[in-house]
Amino acid sequence: MPLAETHEIHKRRMGRNIGTALCLIGFCAVVFGLTIAKVREGSMLEAHDHQPRASQLPITEEVSQ
Amino acid sequence: MSDFTAQSVTETRTGTPEAGFGDYFALLKPRVMSLVVFTALVGLLVAPGGVSPMIGFTAILFIALGAGASGALNMWYDADIDAVMKRTAKRPVPAGKVPAGEALTLGLWLSAISVVMLGLATNWVAAGLLAFTIFFYAVIYSMWLKRSTPWNIVIGGAAGSFPPMIGWAAVTGDVSLASVLMFGLIFMWTPPHFWALALFMKGDYHKAEVPMLTVTHGRAETRKQILIYTALLVPVAIGLAFTSVGGPVYLATAVVLNAIFLKGAWDIWRREEAEAEADGYKVEKKVFKFSLLYLFLHFGALLIDAIWRLI
Repeated sequence: MPLAETHEIHKRRMGRNIGTALCLIGFCAVVFGLTIAKVREGSMLEAHDHQPRASQLPITEEVSQ
Repeated sequence: MSDFTAQSVTETRTGTPEAGFGDYFALLKPRVMSLVVFTALVGLLVAPGGVSPMIGFTAILFIALGAGASGALNMWYDADIDAVMKRTAKRPVPAGKVPAGEALTLGLWLSAISVVMLGLATNWVAAGLLAFTIFFYAVIYSMWLKRSTPWNIVIGGAAGSFPPMIGWAAVTGDVSLASVLMFGLIFMWTPPHFWALALFMKGDYHKAEVPMLTVTHGRAETRKQILIYTALLVPVAIGLAFTSVGGPVYLATAVVLNAIFLKGAWDIWRREEAEAEADGYKVEKKVFKFSLLYLFLHFGALLIDAIWRLI
C-alpha cells in the first residue's frame, strides 16, 4: 500500500476546507458588494471627524446694513 | 505521526469521526431556512419604499443565516431528545458527527455575525428583531417551553413568524399593521400545522418525553384545538387583505384557501381515533400537506399583488 494513499478522512477534511474557503470568499464578496451599494446610495459618506467643516455649520442669514 | 494515527487519535479523543462540511451545514436546518428565506423575501418586497438589490440580497442572506444559527443552537441543546426520536436521530449532533460544543460555538458566532451584518446592511430595528428571534427560538422555545408545556408549539411558533416582519423592517425601519398581520398569519398557522403532524407521527414525542398536546391532553382535545386555532387563523389571514399589502389576488386566494383549511380542520375534529387509525390518518395527512401549500400560496399571493401594483 503506497504511503501517500488518500484516506476517506482526507476527503472529508478537503471538503471542509474548501467549504470554509468558499464561505470566506463569499463573505468578502458580500461585504464588498454592500459597500459599493451603500456608497452609490450616498448614505454615511460624510461622518463627523472632529474637524469643523463648512457643510456642518448652521446656516446664518447675513444681516443687511 | 501518520495520518492514520492522526485519524485514530481524533476519533478516540472525540468519540466521533471528523465531520464534513455538509454536517455543519445540516446544523443550520436548511429546510427551515428555505421557508424563512421565502417569507422574509416577501416581507421585504411588499414593504413600501424598496431597497437596492444588493442590500435586499444581503438582508435576506443574513436573516437566513440568523435562522440557521438558531437551528444550530437548538441542535446543541436538544441533542438528548433528538437522539431518542426517529425523525431527528440522524441529525449531526445525535448521530455523533459533530460534537455538541462545536454546534454551540457555530450557533453563537453565526448569531453575532448575522445580527451585526443585518444592522450594518439595513437598520438596527431589523437587526434587533433578528436578535430577538434567535433568542426566542434558542432560549424561550428550545430551553424552556419545549420541555415544560404542551403549548410549546403555540408560543414557540412566534420564532418562525418573525422573518416577514424582519424583511419588512429591513426596508422601512419600523413595525406596522401589515407586518404584524404577516407575523400573525404564520403564528396562528403553526399550531394546526404541527398538531396535524403530531396526530399521525405517534410515539416519537412520547418517547422523548416532550409534552405534546396529543400526549398531555389526548388526541380528541388536539383535534378540537386544531379546529379552534384554524378558526382563529381565518380573520387574521383575511384581515391582511385589507392592509396596504393586500389586494384582489390575495383576497381571493385567502378566501378559497381558508375555506378549504377550515373544512379540513372540521373533518379532523369530527373523526374518531379508531376511524383515523383504520384509514392510516388519511385526512390528517392531507390537511398537513395542504397547510404547507396554504402558507406558500398566501405569501405568493402577496407577492403577485405587489407586482400588480407596480405595473
